[in-house]
Amino acid sequence: MKNTLSPNEVIARRVAQEFSEGMLVNLGIGLPTQVANYLPKNMTVFLQSENGLIGLGARPPEGMEDDDLTDAGGTPVMAIPGAARIDSVFSFGLIRGGHLDMTVLGGLQVDSQGKLANWIIPGKMAPGMGGAMDLVSGAKKVIVAMQHTAKGVHKIVDECTLPLTATRPVSLIVTELAVIEPTPEGLVLKELAPGVTVDEVIAATGTPLIISQDLHEMHLLGI
Amino acid sequence: MKKAISVEAAIEKIPNGATLMIGGFMGIGSPHRMIDALVAAGKKDLTVIANDTGKPNYGIGKLISSGQVKHVIASHIGLNPETQSKMFSKHISVDLVPQGNLAERIRAAGFGLGGVLVKTGIGTLVEEGKRVIKIDGEDWLLELPIFADFALIHAHQADYLGNLAYQLTATNFNPVMAMAAKVVLCEVNEIVPVGMISPNDVTTPGAIVTELISMPHKHH
Repeated sequence: MKNTLSPNEVIARRVAQEFSEGMLVNLGIGLPTQVANYLPKNMTVFLQSENGLIGLGARPPEGMEDDDLTDAGGTPVMAIPGAARIDSVFSFGLIRGGHLDMTVLGGLQVDSQGKLANWIIPGKMAPGMGGAMDLVSGAKKVIVAMQHTAKGVHKIVDECTLPLTATRPVSLIVTELAVIEPTPEGLVLKELAPGVTVDEVIAATGTPLIISQDLHEMHLLGI
Repeated sequence: MKKAISVEAAIEKIPNGATLMIGGFMGIGSPHRMIDALVAAGKKDLTVIANDTGKPNYGIGKLISSGQVKHVIASHIGLNPETQSKMFSKHISVDLVPQGNLAERIRAAGFGLGGVLVKTGIGTLVEEGKRVIKIDGEDWLLELPIFADFALIHAHQADYLGNLAYQLTATNFNPVMAMAAKVVLCEVNEIVPVGMISPNDVTTPGAIVTELISMPHKHH
């Protein structure tokens, strides 16, 4: 049976399962931010926002926004009880110094060695890397949360053609079709989204996959 | 005791071609009154060092829109398409620096360090033209200090001595930039008598703040 969740919802629900109690995690802007909607209600995690907050909360009620309290995209947020304000130097000390348990980022390309490109398309789009290079270089665990292809064009490829974000391999790739783990031997297909076949994943991937002995269906919390 | 000066008088100190650090993160914690005064004064050929360039006609984006900036050192210009198009058309040169490296390069300048060794950027475009130093068999990228002529910063409170306290995510790059420029110009949400900011809450000591911008006049 095909699942009826949107691609981004599949990805966000699956990534949410990588959380555990007490973790300090940075979620990138966009799709990664949606992961926060699917965390178990009784779990305490601290979301770091690189603009200077540990304990990022949801959007405040209409009319209650504080100009001096936003996420890294400039959107007003709340701070959870136990939150801490930090400056930019401290914020990146946490990231670079190995204090951040996990980061979830979007991706433009990931290659067979698990190297990520996600900050520039030369000549076309140059948003800049912001904190992405520091996060991929410094977080204990790096999860790429992205759609498997860009309108049919492969994003998981032999070698990135776009400039790299870091040379350090990411820990896990989560898409609406599959969960893939980069290893020294190559990319290992570990999980399939409900209703998705191995052949479908292989066709949507631009580099060979090793099929895990333990290949199983993604468990999506709350379904 | 410092004498607060008008925002126009503060900006008058800045010559054309100056290198400015400007605090803020997507305009949050940016010195908006000083940015407006820079635009009004028409200062030109500026180099701006900041986390980002705001949005078109918002925050630091006002200086980009008005064509007063020739060079930008920033980590992110994604929310300002105008900066990107002016970069592609070569009207502005832009150095994109990883956000953590930017913070550390500014810190190095302000804290008397000859540079910092980082992993971020190794093996990427960021490494181009920089030195990679091997220590005990491990590669590190040498990032050099970034200095400025002026730091234009924002704080929540200042007392009459210029001691500064910051608020929530409006803190960001402001405290470190206050250390890295020859002249530090600061605007605040409120100026309070000495003693009202607890010594525990003073993040930037008044001794390094050159000028405090006076509060806008209110009609009573």
